[in-house]
Amino acid sequence: MSQQTPVLQAKGLVKRFGRVTALDGADFELYPGEVLAVIGDNGAGKSSLIKALSGALVPDAGEIRMKGEVVQFKNPMHARSLGIETVYQTLAVSPALGIADNLFLGRELRKPGILGSVFRMLDKAEMRRQATEQLTQLGLLTIQNINQAVETLSGGQRQGVAVARSAAFGSQVVILDEPTAALGVKESRRVLNLIRDVRDRGLPVVLISHNMPHVFEVADRIHIHRLGKRAAIIKPDTHSMSDAVAIMTGAVEADTAA
Amino acid sequence: MTEHTTQGSQPPNHSTGQPRNSTDHERVAESVGGSMAMRSAEVLDWPRRIHRFFHANPTAAPAIVLIAAVLAFSFIAGDRFLTPFNLSLVLQQVTIIGALGVGQTLIIMTMGIDLSVGAIMVLSSVVMGRLAVDFGLPPSMALLLGLVCGAACGAINGTLVTRIKLPPFIVTLGTWNIFFSLNLWYSNSQTIRSQDIESIAPLLQWAGNSFTLFGARITFGSLMMIALVGAVWYALNWTAWGRHVYATGDDKDAAELAGIRTQRVLMSVYIVAGVICGLAAWLMIGRIGSVSPQVGTMSNLDSITAVVIGGTSLFGGRGSIVGTLIGALVVGIFRNGLALAGVDVLWQEFTVGLLILVAVGIDQWIRRASA
Repeated sequence: MSQQTPVLQAKGLVKRFGRVTALDGADFELYPGEVLAVIGDNGAGKSSLIKALSGALVPDAGEIRMKGEVVQFKNPMHARSLGIETVYQTLAVSPALGIADNLFLGRELRKPGILGSVFRMLDKAEMRRQATEQLTQLGLLTIQNINQAVETLSGGQRQGVAVARSAAFGSQVVILDEPTAALGVKESRRVLNLIRDVRDRGLPVVLISHNMPHVFEVADRIHIHRLGKRAAIIKPDTHSMSDAVAIMTGAVEADTAA
Repeated sequence: MTEHTTQGSQPPNHSTGQPRNSTDHERVAESVGGSMAMRSAEVLDWPRRIHRFFHANPTAAPAIVLIAAVLAFSFIAGDRFLTPFNLSLVLQQVTIIGALGVGQTLIIMTMGIDLSVGAIMVLSSVVMGRLAVDFGLPPSMALLLGLVCGAACGAINGTLVTRIKLPPFIVTLGTWNIFFSLNLWYSNSQTIRSQDIESIAPLLQWAGNSFTLFGARITFGSLMMIALVGAVWYALNWTAWGRHVYATGDDKDAAELAGIRTQRVLMSVYIVAGVICGLAAWLMIGRIGSVSPQVGTMSNLDSITAVVIGGTSLFGGRGSIVGTLIGALVVGIFRNGLALAGVDVLWQEFTVGLLILVAVGIDQWIRRASA
């Protein structure tokens, strides 16, 4: 796997907030077609790392590469335009709008011809069609009415809409921030399946999670963050959860970077 | 439904005594997955069905009230109420409030409120009247500058809300007083007479022209108001801007994360509302003929009344322009019907007050998302 060019790569990222060093020379690699989990204790700097990778934070030093080429994200919209989609913990869906509306929120399709160019008319039928197609591909078409308001959906279904949106528009990378944190067992299960589906469609996924069982179940590799930098990369089949926790807390020095 | 629930509570492999592993877990979830999927198909009891209906159709409740009111007053006030002429009179009476209500709806939909719409309207009408009559500008130019005045007032409100980040209620409470004082200052507290406008700038009175259709007297102003409702309805429902207005009012942070520039959306809403107030000024000159700095003082609150009765939520993100038109008509029908039935004016106000409370109560009930 290491022969491949990483889809998203970071080298020596540094970010300081006053006297606090959030990122202290952090490295990161995401390879094509994998689910990479990022774990770390609170305050280890994993959210700063993710923010740097999704454009929400500009690092003081270090470089970020996409497919080998150096990029500098100016803001989240910029990262998004380069194909990095982030599902925030707060989901960023509009409760009263329908599912199709939410999928296309901020990048609506207009009708072709004069209706679209002069009258700015939305192409609702096409958006509905694409939304249906997207949800079907991800096995989410348990939702009957694509115009149903998102607030009438369960937590897992909402998460599904948010993930579907990122999978639909993220051409390079999908970043999921704590996608199962607010969900019950069954709904978490569906979201984990969804993560696999997204990966199987060829999109690499970065999964930030506190939930060790979820991480070990779905991740191909696990990036352990500690004290502002990467402490280790482990694989779920060579290490146990307690190994991961030991590295995370610094009880064990990581010697095996897989 | 019951079948699914029992499946969910009894994991299939438990009885075999196998250790629980992750695949086992998955099988359980899979079997339960069905019941989650079925959620939207489940059989609902009546209250929830009604709730869902109103939730999906925000204009349904005011429309029902409107129809019920028309039927009720047809019985109570008899022949005098249900005539084309009387009903067209109601339409004329609600024209200005309906137009202001359109602008108010946009603002309330973004979780704001505009107490200054009436003051902007009167100020714009004074600008139109003075520029045309006292300064001799071509009427079309005076009209245009009146609309620009409305837009500028809206822009001031919008700037204070989006840049200084003051609450809309306070901003517009302040600008209400400011715009109203400016209007008294600019007009010297004097009315521009109808005859003067008629001889110098008849264009300003254009909205007062009317034609008769089956005994109904329909003014151009009423038609303009209905066209305005149609145009804004289209913008809200069929353009990306409309989606963004709803999303901004619904959950501003979420809209921001979805890539919507919410401050711009808010700014545009306040400016559009200002222009609509300018249009309402034109309608008002058409209706009363003269330009008076003292009229329309109640129209701030009346426009909010129309919006609220029309089913638009004061908590943002939910509502419709058509609902506001219906809300304005409901108020007009009640006032007219009660008057024809010989009820004292104070009970008309009383009834409008009750309608507001009932409307807000219904909104609270509808807002509780069907969990």
